[in-house]
Amino acid sequence: MKDKLNKMLEKYPAAVFKNRKEHIIVKEADSEQPQSITANTRTVPGIITNRGCCYAGCKGVVLGPLRDAVVLTHGPIGCGYYTWGTRRNKGRTEGDELNLLNYCFSTDLQEGDIVFGGEKKLRQAITEAVEIFKPKSIMICSTCPVGLIGDDINAVANWAQKEYGIQVLAFSCEGYKGVSQSGGHHIANNGLIKHIIGTGERAVGKYSINLLGEYNIGGDGWEIERVLKKIGYDIVSVMTGNGTVEELKNAHMAQLNVVQCHRSINYIGEMMQTKYGTDWIKVNFIGIKSTMKSLRDMAVYFDDPDLMARTEEVIAEEFSEIAPIMEEYKKICQGKTAALFVGGSRAHHYQLLLEDLGVETVLAGYEFAHRDDYEGREVLSTIKEDADSKNIESLDIEPDSTHYRVVLSQERLEKIKDQIPLNYYEGMMKQMKNGSLVVDDLNHFETEELLKILKPDIFCSGIKDKYVAHKAGIFSKQLHSYDYSGPYAGFKGAVNFARDIAMGITTPSWKYVIPPWKTQPMLEGSLIGGK
Amino acid sequence: MLDFTPKEYVDRSALVINPAKTCQPVGAMYAALGIHKCLPHSHGSQGCCAYHRKFLTRNFRDPVMASTSSFTEGAAVFGGGTNLKTAIRNIFSIYDPDIVAVHTTCLSETIGDDIPTFVMEAKVPEGKVVIHANTPSYVGSHVTGFSNMVKGMVKYLAQNSKTPNGKVNIIPGFINPGDMREIKRILKAMGIEFIMFPDTSGVLDAPMTGKYDMYPSGGTKIQDLIDSGNSKETIAFGSFASADGAFELEKKCKVPAKVLKTPIGITATDEFLMAVSRLTGKEIPQELEEERGQVVDIMVDCHYHYHGKKVAIFGDPDVVAALTEFTLSMGMIPKYVLTGTPGEAFEREVRGMLSEAGVDGKVKSAGDLFTLHQWIKEEPVDLLLGTTYGKYISKAEDIPLVRIGFPVLDRSVHSYLPITGYKGAMRIIEMISNALLDRQDRDAADEDLELIL
Repeated sequence: MKDKLNKMLEKYPAAVFKNRKEHIIVKEADSEQPQSITANTRTVPGIITNRGCCYAGCKGVVLGPLRDAVVLTHGPIGCGYYTWGTRRNKGRTEGDELNLLNYCFSTDLQEGDIVFGGEKKLRQAITEAVEIFKPKSIMICSTCPVGLIGDDINAVANWAQKEYGIQVLAFSCEGYKGVSQSGGHHIANNGLIKHIIGTGERAVGKYSINLLGEYNIGGDGWEIERVLKKIGYDIVSVMTGNGTVEELKNAHMAQLNVVQCHRSINYIGEMMQTKYGTDWIKVNFIGIKSTMKSLRDMAVYFDDPDLMARTEEVIAEEFSEIAPIMEEYKKICQGKTAALFVGGSRAHHYQLLLEDLGVETVLAGYEFAHRDDYEGREVLSTIKEDADSKNIESLDIEPDSTHYRVVLSQERLEKIKDQIPLNYYEGMMKQMKNGSLVVDDLNHFETEELLKILKPDIFCSGIKDKYVAHKAGIFSKQLHSYDYSGPYAGFKGAVNFARDIAMGITTPSWKYVIPPWKTQPMLEGSLIGGK
Repeated sequence: MLDFTPKEYVDRSALVINPAKTCQPVGAMYAALGIHKCLPHSHGSQGCCAYHRKFLTRNFRDPVMASTSSFTEGAAVFGGGTNLKTAIRNIFSIYDPDIVAVHTTCLSETIGDDIPTFVMEAKVPEGKVVIHANTPSYVGSHVTGFSNMVKGMVKYLAQNSKTPNGKVNIIPGFINPGDMREIKRILKAMGIEFIMFPDTSGVLDAPMTGKYDMYPSGGTKIQDLIDSGNSKETIAFGSFASADGAFELEKKCKVPAKVLKTPIGITATDEFLMAVSRLTGKEIPQELEEERGQVVDIMVDCHYHYHGKKVAIFGDPDVVAALTEFTLSMGMIPKYVLTGTPGEAFEREVRGMLSEAGVDGKVKSAGDLFTLHQWIKEEPVDLLLGTTYGKYISKAEDIPLVRIGFPVLDRSVHSYLPITGYKGAMRIIEMISNALLDRQDRDAADEDLELIL
């Protein structure tokens, strides 16, 4: 494998070779030192990368799913347009609550605004949004040129807040900041913890949690919530799938944070621990065994025999419902191989669901992850800051004078910290098999080459890669949008995923790729003297 | 669905809600994909390139390749020269295209990056070409970006070498590969030699072969782009997407330009055929006259399926203007006609069509779908004719939507089949007619459900 990899890398110009070889490793479980990968560094210009930008991470991922806020894109029209309805973060409203998920708001800056400044237009746009929608909160997200022309969006937000008596937040998430979407996640996290979380006072139930880093793509969040509620959890807020600003205000009241997507929301997890004393555990509701483990880990945290018993009851009930049909799908999928390139957590999560189906992951990579997502949070202190990461503000958080509390005793924490991933994420690599490949910021050239080298049966990536794989005869499943299916989370979601994978690899259309006249003799009766 | 859109019309001067346009670079990227072995390059942040590739891929369901200058904060402050030069070196060495078509973004435009100078300083391998177009996202729309890239092709490549080639240049406009194929079929049927640019057929409707090819067989050859300066005349379909390129060619190489409507519907197709026939002296063949006759036959026989129905049409200006003309010729009433692309010329043209037909309709350029929805709430229509983004209004107001134009993200096959030419006209009639009849059947009381319609 290493030879093949080297051969691939040698096709690069020297500088690119030097850069890319640090982003690719072959997993060796028995290596003496823990293996290290380079991540969260600049993509070399000209490389066809799958990465997006800071705005995509802030507006597209974290803020976009909040259904009761006017999320206003301040910039030319494109950025707002591309994030309108494309991410599948579903939201449902009860009563007369505002739900703006089907709307796209933009200041649509024109040349004159770029020359003379866009603040006036932004103010007017807010005025119009208030008049039409009467929202309780507005979030301004700026795009590239706004940062360059120096619009003071914070000043506009302050003005609007006073003028209209509503909450208006400014997010300077210009696309050029950072090296990928990741910087935008951080900026959004900062805004939410600074201005929203901790401003509500809802009384919470017995087992109260926040679900962090769950964006309700294809209804994943709903499926997870269904199971959690059945067990008896009080879900104070979801960040941010089907979420609202109103719910987020109460997040500090919850006893535990459970983190699904580590990359996009770990900042809030960590900051809430410092500020409010709320512990977090890393969960994974993708995959049957991992869902069971996550539910059990949560029960361990609360240390309540009733909760543990109820958890086991629900697990048994849910599992018995899906087990027979999963077995059927497993028969189809067993023994297949998959390559995964997606996001900042899903390339890890989906390995476990594929494993449930008997599918082996031969390559996995993240688009915008940091080293801790690969190697585990123990490497955090060894990650060197560079110019790009320094450009994203890191907040200095202190314990909150009124809301900080200790949820579990030190003694209890010590006791359970080896049992459950308490305030810890182990990363993706530890679970991967020997000899499998880990590739950070996989690009088009490497995708093409590695598909040829590894010949996986399934390539799980995004829309930009999907048809490349299909053209090469490999079934590709989008793990960003789920090919408009879902939910894939939890027990019932696993069945949906299994069904879709089975469908994709068995659909009869693959049989027709080569026309029959290419494989069958066509010259009937002309064989005399042949050979 | 869209429950918070009030019926009372609200005047807005700053806030765009539910846009009916997107930004220039995606149009430039689409146009560049219509050159054979071309890699479009986005000079800006990674996000732009990612968004545009995703968006085009969703519309065409085919691979869309493009590279980016991957700006970081440093490049945004100090300029993107180094990024572009590094990019060009890497692109040719790793991806080996024949040509790289650079387009700018609002970021690189705002900092004033001088692309030609950067390209001059870059190491472009011998025999390879780099062209560029300025596509600031804060001017015009994706259609403007398409037009600017077409103009860029002419500026950089077209040459008048005083060796007339007797061909007709065709600039098809911002239409699907299926439409480009159809226009080529018509020209071939007439025996006309032509150069079509850009031409995304064979690129974005490439067949499944079991082998991925980064540069599929389609696209205008660079040699043909150069030779377009020797052609007899340029026919530009659509004043928004194609006219500028044609006029540039006229200025640069003295090739006369003729701007026609996008050939959608009977009249616009008639005009296309007559124009090329007059220009080349080639007769309009029986094959095409027969197709025309078939369309008219259908229109006469089935007029009661759609005659008198009110329709709202929205999308890109060239396509929308042509659809307005066609729906009028079908006896429909284009009650609302809207494009997101700014342009008073569009309003003038469409208003002219409506007033000639005696239709009292609203027309708007630089509009958005929130406005369209408010109009519809005030006075409903029977049919929506436009892009996928109309589906929210369609559901909210329970009005059937016929998907046409760019983009269509929630249905397939559209990019392979034409809406242009007589065959395309037939297809549009079928789509409109079926949508209205499906609605009639759905709404009919049991005793009124007609077997034959």
